[in-house]
Amino acid sequence: MSRPLPKAGRYALRAASLAAALGLWQLLTSLNVDLWLRFSQFPTVADVARAFAGRLSGPDYWTDLTDSLTRILTGFLLAAVLGVATGVLVARSRSAEDLLGPVLEVVRPIPAIALVPVAILLFPSNEQGIVFITCTAAFFPVLVSTRHAVRALIPVWEEAVLTMGGGRWRILGSVVLPGALPGIFGGLSVGIGVSWICVISAEMISGQYGVGYRTWQDYTVVDYAGVFVGMVTIGVLGWATSTAVELLGRRLTRWLPRTSYVAGARPRPVKAAAAPASTRADHAPSTEEARDEHLV
Amino acid sequence: MSTSSDTDVTATPIARTKAPAAVRGTRLTLRGADLGRPDAPPVLADVELDVAPGEILTVVGPSGCGKSTLLRTLAGLLSPPAGEIGQDGSPVTGPAADRALVFQEDALLPWRTLRANVELPLAIKGSARAERRRQAESWLARVGLADHAHQLPHRVSGGQRQRAQLARALAGAPRAVLMDEPFGALDAQTRAGMQDLLVEVLRGTGATVVFVTHDVDEALFLGDRVALLGNGRLTAVRDVPRPRDRTAHDDPARVALRRDVLSSLGT
Repeated sequence: MSRPLPKAGRYALRAASLAAALGLWQLLTSLNVDLWLRFSQFPTVADVARAFAGRLSGPDYWTDLTDSLTRILTGFLLAAVLGVATGVLVARSRSAEDLLGPVLEVVRPIPAIALVPVAILLFPSNEQGIVFITCTAAFFPVLVSTRHAVRALIPVWEEAVLTMGGGRWRILGSVVLPGALPGIFGGLSVGIGVSWICVISAEMISGQYGVGYRTWQDYTVVDYAGVFVGMVTIGVLGWATSTAVELLGRRLTRWLPRTSYVAGARPRPVKAAAAPASTRADHAPSTEEARDEHLV
Repeated sequence: MSTSSDTDVTATPIARTKAPAAVRGTRLTLRGADLGRPDAPPVLADVELDVAPGEILTVVGPSGCGKSTLLRTLAGLLSPPAGEIGQDGSPVTGPAADRALVFQEDALLPWRTLRANVELPLAIKGSARAERRRQAESWLARVGLADHAHQLPHRVSGGQRQRAQLARALAGAPRAVLMDEPFGALDAQTRAGMQDLLVEVLRGTGATVVFVTHDVDEALFLGDRVALLGNGRLTAVRDVPRPRDRTAHDDPARVALRRDVLSSLGT
């Protein structure tokens, strides 16, 4: 295995990857390359950058941005709370599983964007409809991953808390939720991605303001540079929000044993305190290994 | 043969000296109990067992003979399909804080530091934050982990994890400690150290201990009495001469008992 790059080197590599993609785009479009794929109608990077600069100084861009962010954050947070609560309930209670399971399983395969007619019928305003669709989109990944994570918990943890006199709520708070957190964050990461797909699509169909609405408007008036400004905006926002979810997840699941490679990449002074020789010999190298040797 | 259910208090050995102010151990009894999961045939049938307050009862038997089932039943995690389980004369209906369980595997919560793990039973009891912090630190110091209080379980060795588990079990001041092969995963050197540590930290707690092991020497060293399991029954409960005395290894009575136990286990 090659030696891992230092931190600065890795960031340089990432920046270079983005720059190379932009360079290729500029090259293909400025030379009007037309090899079956036609880049002649495509705006160049410079065109898009100019349009972007123009938008940034106008008022609509920031309204669109905050509208889209408000919709997705509201929908996503609702989905996170509902998804985790329902997932835990379905995984822990047989009657909840029987009552909710069939409904959830029938609704789950319906693409959230196909719920636009339902949203229009149900909600008095477009705004609430879009939040509903975003929420539904993120709800199922969170629900499913929570359910699996809760079912995969090691029973010993729960038994330990039971024999300390812990009750239901104690087990929920001290075992189930923290133990399922790595799995829950898997679902949240998928969920935030699906949320973006749905909030943009819903805005294109029925929105007023919002990045998706603006992008579609630009397309209808043949402002291709504007379309690309919208796409870049979506890309950056999506990347920022999913990074936020990732970072929060990593922070909350710091306790997970990591491989030495990852641990080295994020150095933490854990083993610093050298243990002064304790009173007893205690050099068990690895539990699993020792366990196998000593089974009678 | 099984322990006679009519053994009275005076006939049961209480070999350990107890500090006067200590928590008194509890009496655990099984009467005509079948043990096992509700949806399966019983692993152990018709068990008569009387664990006296404050004694250390070790339980030995071959793999899969129901040692863990016995312990989980005493903990209240499994209810016996038939027969009765009692604590000081009243029936056991479920797990409770006064019967702590120490597991073989890593039962520490991996997202809590060792200190936070030891604090957990105290938090469940509702003691104040400063108080449980103080107690947890004192327990960790007693098991030699004072310098590891802020480590996560996977950062310390298997032996250290088991010491932390012991501290966690005792921190809640239980009246009985049920131990399920707690040192089974440790190497021989560490294990001997852990046995000495266990004897040391139990001194003064007065807790009743049921200690399951597959290691006959461990059972004979730690136990006031040793219970033998085999063929789905509790086959015998024998008094151990000179328990917790390392020099008693060559004691003729101990050697004879060891031979008996090994032959009854079919090894």
